Amino acid sequence: MMRFIRRDPLGPLDREAVRHGEERPAGPPRALSPEADPEVLHRDVPRFAHGLRTPGLHEATDPTKDPAGIPDPAVVEVPDALRAEIEDYMSRYPDFRSAAIPALAAAQKVHGWCSPTAIEQVACVMRLTPAYLTAVAGFYDMLETKPVGRKTVYVCTNISCSLRGGDELLAALEARVGDDPDVNIRGFECLGACDIAPMASIDGVYVGPVEDHEVVELAEQILSGAEPLPGKQLVRRRVADAAANTDDVVRASTETGTLDPVRYDGAGDAPTQPGGAA
Amino acid sequence: MNHLLFENIDEPGLNTLEVYRRRGGYQMAEQALAMARDSIVTALKDSGLRGRGGAGFPTGMKASFIPQGKMDKYLVCNADESEPGTFKDRELIQKNPHSLIEGMIIAAYAVGANKAFIFIRGEYVQQAEILEAALAEAKEAGLIGPNVLGRGMELDMWVHRGAGAYICGEETGLLDALEGRRGNPRLKPPFPANQGLYQGPTLLNNVETLTAIPYILRVGAEAYAAMGVEKSSGTKLISVSGNVKRPGNYEIELGMTGRDIIYGLAGGITDDREVLLWFPGGSSSPVLTKDDLDLPYDYDSLAGAKTMLGSGAIIVADDSNSVVDIAVKTASFYKHESCGKCTPCREGTNWTTKMLKRIQSGEATPMDLDVISSVCDQIMGNCLCVLGDAMAMPVASMVTKFRPHFEAHIEQARAANEARLLAELEATGPVLEGIGATASYR
Repeated sequence: MMRFIRRDPLGPLDREAVRHGEERPAGPPRALSPEADPEVLHRDVPRFAHGLRTPGLHEATDPTKDPAGIPDPAVVEVPDALRAEIEDYMSRYPDFRSAAIPALAAAQKVHGWCSPTAIEQVACVMRLTPAYLTAVAGFYDMLETKPVGRKTVYVCTNISCSLRGGDELLAALEARVGDDPDVNIRGFECLGACDIAPMASIDGVYVGPVEDHEVVELAEQILSGAEPLPGKQLVRRRVADAAANTDDVVRASTETGTLDPVRYDGAGDAPTQPGGAA
Repeated sequence: MNHLLFENIDEPGLNTLEVYRRRGGYQMAEQALAMARDSIVTALKDSGLRGRGGAGFPTGMKASFIPQGKMDKYLVCNADESEPGTFKDRELIQKNPHSLIEGMIIAAYAVGANKAFIFIRGEYVQQAEILEAALAEAKEAGLIGPNVLGRGMELDMWVHRGAGAYICGEETGLLDALEGRRGNPRLKPPFPANQGLYQGPTLLNNVETLTAIPYILRVGAEAYAAMGVEKSSGTKLISVSGNVKRPGNYEIELGMTGRDIIYGLAGGITDDREVLLWFPGGSSSPVLTKDDLDLPYDYDSLAGAKTMLGSGAIIVADDSNSVVDIAVKTASFYKHESCGKCTPCREGTNWTTKMLKRIQSGEATPMDLDVISSVCDQIMGNCLCVLGDAMAMPVASMVTKFRPHFEAHIEQARAANEARLLAELEATGPVLEGIGATASYR
């Protein structure tokens, strides 16, 4: 049983008056009086905008329930492949708990998000409580704590990309693929590819710079699962520093069909148009 | 201009062991393992290499802080490159992963670490795959494992993928994430060199710092120290982005001027506009204006201009942008990424963002600018890590340097709002009854 330290609802002068036999004044309304409207008591006060890393502010908890312990391996079924993967991660570190993030990511690959089932399975293999893993999953942007589509599309909306139209790209893509429940499209913080702004990451494949006329094509590729904009993928792109490579490297990389280098001729011309696929 | 890290960066197949070996790969690791440990640390000190991740702490000195003894020591590579505007490590990992692995072998030998982790951010899926493939090749060839290069040194190395949090780029936040917790920074001191991963001595370095080590040994510490300028030696990869004609990574000798970088290397501003402001070291550095373009780009000159070189990410905004929008973008990023451990940062980033959004939408008064400045002052230096400062510094510098812009924006938005409101009132007719009901609202 919890014990509350009760504060005197009356002020010292009122209390003195009551002691002398006066009528008890109506005190201030108490926050937790039993006759208060229950709806008022449980009204959600939105304290923070979306995205603060303080979970649980909006989720009601049931204080009558005991927290879940470490799941019983005899009861929880874990797919063999997932178990093997998590155990492999655990074997890499001096302290097995280090595998929490990779293990949750692996479970998310299987279940699509860090569902209670997924967390229970990871907790079962790692011998941790679900609460610990829920806390970890709630911290990171790429671990989804709500059901989402399996195709992830991150569009960078940070400062460099927004200077070059990242927000517009996000709006245009959302208008085309946002209704599909299979697609998890969201604006993301800097993805580390400001040189190809405005850019998007489709299941980890970085493409950019996405121009206005390519949005339709990109949206179709996202929906059909095809390779996104093969000519605009980051991994095929050379460094912008035209003085960087020795001549034979430049020749070799031209022959293998990577995107054309940005030539520097001192005139301040626009970069040469990137070529298509090899 | 000498290119070291970008010398053969675009060579097809450089991410495979065969091509990297053909380019002389792992020779420096073999040489280093034949040297005494102290002499490697001395070479690093002599080269004047400073941490390339942002703080600019001398690498050799950091390595010398690792206590010598029989305890387990760790080497961690910080590849969680999430500072907005920075993308140099991505280029290195994607194209030349073996050079990072070689640098890590040398660094691990120098401090006596036998466990190494590369913490790469989760968004770099393809890059992590390339790195893991390279690491597997290196293990296959006996470069990593119980007997590195046949010299009896034990080194175990793994790639650890993060899951998307800016704060994991801060060294102690990274260690917490690597220990499988929420990435909350720790109090420093003790610094990771004394108590880091699993409370053991840990050397933590950025990708570019570790990649530079083999090149430093190859050209020699003196030659490396001769590059660049006094106290900022060597070459630096800089990431130029924003409204420039040729955004991308460039390798420069420190000490070039900002004008040469922005107008020379990056080809100038798109549509030949004027520079409104530029961030010299990622979005957490105080901004500079077009009057500061002739500053030499090195650690000390930028520190003299009350800003910092940071991670070497130059973000250029042209004068078609509003400084208010840029401030809102910057502040909301830090608000979103604040881990919530320390109150000044958790609340300060939130309130600053709210105030800036009020300014943006025209519900603010010029007094709010002073409030923003005072909030920024109260954040700086009062938290466990510098994430709060990272928001406070650029925002405070924008508010001080562009105050007329902010005030003009506030006034314009206020006038527009007022006009809209009056038009609405005119349209709905008098809403008051009794006295003054017939009076015009104008």
